[in-house]
Amino acid sequence: MKRRLVVVGNGMAAGRTVEEILERGGADQFDITMFGDEPYGNYNRIMLSHVLSGEEDESGIFLNDLSWYEENGITLRAPVRITRIDRFAKVVDGDDGSSTPYDVLVVATGSRSFIPPMEGVFRPDGSLLDGVLGFRSIDDTREIVRLARLHEKAVVIGGGLLGLEAARGLQSHGVHVEVLHAAGHLMNQQLDAAGGACLLTSVEALGIDVRLNARSTAVTGDDHVTGVILKDGTEIPCDLVVVAAGIRANTDLAVTSGFSVERGIVVDDSMATVDDPDVFAVGECAQHRGEVYGLVAPIWEQARVLASRLTGSDAEYHGSRVTTKLKVAGVDVASMGITAPERDDDEFVVFSEPRRGVYKSVIIRDDRLIGATCVGDVKKVAFLLQAFDRGLPLPEERVGLLFDLGTAAAEPSVDELPDDTQVCNCNGVSKGALVKAVADGCKTVPAVMDCTRAGKGCGSCKSLVTKIVEWAAGDDMRVDPAEHYYVPGIPLAKPELMTAITEQRLYSVSAVFAALAPGGTEDAKSKMGLTSLLRTMWPQEFVDERDGRFINDRVHANIQRDGTFSVVPQMKGGVTSVEQLRTIADVAEKYRVPMIKLTGGQRIDLLGVPKEDLPKMWADLDMPSGYAYGKSFRTVKTCVGSDFCRFGLGDSTALGVAIETRFQGIESPGKVKMAVSGCPRNCAESLVKDIGVVAVEGGRWEIYIGGAAGAHIRKGDLLVTVDTPEEVLTISGRFLQYYRENAKWLERTYAFVPRIGLERIRDVVVADSDGMAADLDARMQQTVEGYRDPWKEGREPAVPGQFRTALPLISLPQVPVRDGSTALGGRAGRSVATDPRRLP
Amino acid sequence: MILGPVDEIPPGEGRAYTVQGRTLAVFRLRSGALKAFPAACPHSGGPLADAQIDENVLICPLHLNTWDLTTGCSRSGQPDLEVIGVREVAGQIVFSP
Ligand SMILES: Cc1cc2nc3c(=O)[nH]c(=O)nc-3n(C[C@H](O)[C@H](O)[C@H](O)COP(=O)(O)OP(=O)(O)OC[C@H]3O[C@@H](n4cnc5c(N)ncnc54)[C@H](O)[C@@H]3O)c2cc1C
Ligand code: SF4
Ligand code: FES
Repeated sequence: MKRRLVVVGNGMAAGRTVEEILERGGADQFDITMFGDEPYGNYNRIMLSHVLSGEEDESGIFLNDLSWYEENGITLRAPVRITRIDRFAKVVDGDDGSSTPYDVLVVATGSRSFIPPMEGVFRPDGSLLDGVLGFRSIDDTREIVRLARLHEKAVVIGGGLLGLEAARGLQSHGVHVEVLHAAGHLMNQQLDAAGGACLLTSVEALGIDVRLNARSTAVTGDDHVTGVILKDGTEIPCDLVVVAAGIRANTDLAVTSGFSVERGIVVDDSMATVDDPDVFAVGECAQHRGEVYGLVAPIWEQARVLASRLTGSDAEYHGSRVTTKLKVAGVDVASMGITAPERDDDEFVVFSEPRRGVYKSVIIRDDRLIGATCVGDVKKVAFLLQAFDRGLPLPEERVGLLFDLGTAAAEPSVDELPDDTQVCNCNGVSKGALVKAVADGCKTVPAVMDCTRAGKGCGSCKSLVTKIVEWAAGDDMRVDPAEHYYVPGIPLAKPELMTAITEQRLYSVSAVFAALAPGGTEDAKSKMGLTSLLRTMWPQEFVDERDGRFINDRVHANIQRDGTFSVVPQMKGGVTSVEQLRTIADVAEKYRVPMIKLTGGQRIDLLGVPKEDLPKMWADLDMPSGYAYGKSFRTVKTCVGSDFCRFGLGDSTALGVAIETRFQGIESPGKVKMAVSGCPRNCAESLVKDIGVVAVEGGRWEIYIGGAAGAHIRKGDLLVTVDTPEEVLTISGRFLQYYRENAKWLERTYAFVPRIGLERIRDVVVADSDGMAADLDARMQQTVEGYRDPWKEGREPAVPGQFRTALPLISLPQVPVRDGSTALGGRAGRSVATDPRRLP
Repeated sequence: MILGPVDEIPPGEGRAYTVQGRTLAVFRLRSGALKAFPAACPHSGGPLADAQIDENVLICPLHLNTWDLTTGCSRSGQPDLEVIGVREVAGQIVFSP
């Protein structure tokens, strides 16, 4: 029997621990359940700084998305906060009223922003005054971005790593930023005074004001913050305050459940709590040998030890030597060991060039490196880290520790680094792993980064990763195709690509490759994006090439994990009829469809269909495709609306049907989900759709755009309120066309709308500020007219053998054949007694 | 041993064939070359014949792992694919192990 492993927390430590457990075959030993109180999958918190500054899209920071949990059989329960551990009954209680039993419990609750005591910062109900925020989570980051756009003057309390990152990020939104730091120099945890002074020069050069020795004692403002007051009485007016004054471990849960807690939850060398051998703690919430770590590198080591323990080895954690190598507000900073000499005979070698923002120092004791600091120039850091970690012999001429002297050979070259040198601390990637990735076929830096995840954390190791990849790949090295290309295989951004396609009248994917790809080389990863773009640009002239499509688009059905397909007949607005239901039932029976299920978009899904049965099924169904596959306009979910619902203000069903009829099958850069609700009660969940429509008082309709409720959750923005259903069709069509023409490949509207900006979209789509509305409408109309139901291909395959099976006839891990009886004690959805896939 | 007419595979796509008790995914490149591998993805059994290909790589439709079409070497940390001998003779796909 498998043991039940429950993990409280779904952050970086939790995610990594579970990954390590899976790597060690733990899936066979445990049924894993993870609880997270944030409504997301597992994401890279370090990248929030980049999200804040707009360098990275939110969608790019997920370490494990929701499908990862599913694929690995892990139950993710989020957002659920665990409120109590009953270690005698061995259950954890959640704030959703659930009680979950465990055999082994891992607590990985991380930490939260520490809000120093300041008058006026909390409201009577314990919440923070409006405009005052911590910087810890995606939600914090979103709110900071939102407020930064609205306000002009921001104060950051704290001049450590986080504070400086926050300041830099805020600044990129055009707010004026002042950093208040209580200590006498910046980053006083990691840097000595001279290093801090050097960093100060660089930070001020960025246009960020810094006030040192500034202890904040109060914030002012009744509803919204208006300023910060310092200990000396100075008042600094501002309309946004980000507090980055340190962190505190989230230990409330452990305290109230009776565990030993000091600064963190006390654990031993096996990462077990000292109170209960079946309860472990890992990450920022854990205290090991008196230390609580606030960086990921030590957390990765803890995760590794804990995973080994849980899967049966007797690994031990002995603490980590903390070395930091970061990019702070764009400045490279590295530090290790002590920051100032402690004994009279400690050697202290310093170089400082404040004007250039460069500072380096090393501290040597008994010929061993025991501390080093580098600001602004980190060329020597790889060597220093190694010397520090391994106690390597140091050069006689100490200055060689700070600079490369003379010949290039003096550079501690990449090949001298031992294989187990940790290159990327954020993701725990060693030099050996990089070299292996290159040997395994990755020949570009991004390819190596994708496959090892190196450089995908704070990014400070990218230059070293590049060097190692260059060294390992030698002559094989390929240059990185820039990230801004619309698709990786054609070195052009979307606007230039579109211009070239128009000018050279390129109608097919192969023509685009021949004309625009370097050496005319095809690139499989670019094909789908190009197909989609060409269809958008040439609704009539587009020359379809089968291999330009993903399998879903080749056979117009959604591939499932066992290689079978799922078929969703069209059911506009979710409305069906007796005939339609009967036909679907007959077809399901005839083809022994193993599972019939209602989809999230209110459609009937026939799952488990072998490829070769698809054309026959479509013919028998004789209904159009319901678009459950592909990057295209999907379905329109509707509520009951005014015809039947006693609250209904508008006929949501009729409008939903009209929208679905008009836009069916239209390709787009990402999938587009829609909904229409008959009143603000929003039974069709219109606020979390790419385009959502809500009927409001007075016969009017609100149109929302950019909503999402998948791995990423975003409430749509109100684009405009219109008077008639016809206007809904026009405006949503115009927006859809604008999105089709301007979004990057795979960019969903939840990323597109914030990137372009709601105001800008409103200008174009509603106010027609650029005079392009008529053209957008015309191109949409052309697309609508060009629509052909792809399921008609069933009668006459587009290519011979289109529906020939791709399934090996050996047995594959198959999707479960469910009849509902296991879960519900009744029969539901199943139409056959045996699994048809096993029939000859 | 003849698997079937080459025409059955559209250029740029793959199809599955069963021969001598094993199932193969056979691909026809735009250049005309044929390539063949075992039909089940070593990652999680995905139907490789449904893969998307170009001149150099094969991408499994399920989790988008990638292999080199010439060598069968994985480019995304999965086990390598065995390269299986097939060639075209007079418009037919011939399995020649
Ligand atoms: C903006 C920012 C930048 C950073 N930059 C760097 C950097 O450059 N380098 C570096 O090494 N480190 C950096 N860090 C620190 C790093 O992110 C943390 O060390 C790491 O995330 C800690 O991992 P953890 O799993 O212990 O905690 P977390 O990642 O915080 O995860 C804990 C999770 O548990 C949840 N949780 C808490 N209590 C409960 C409960 N009772 N029930 C359910 N769930 C609960 C929390 O909400 C959270 O989602 C940065 C941190 C931030 C915020
Ligand atoms: S959204 Fe309003 S009209 Fe539609 S079903 Fe709900 S309550 Fe009724
Ligand atoms: S099954 Fe092929 S990549 Fe997962």
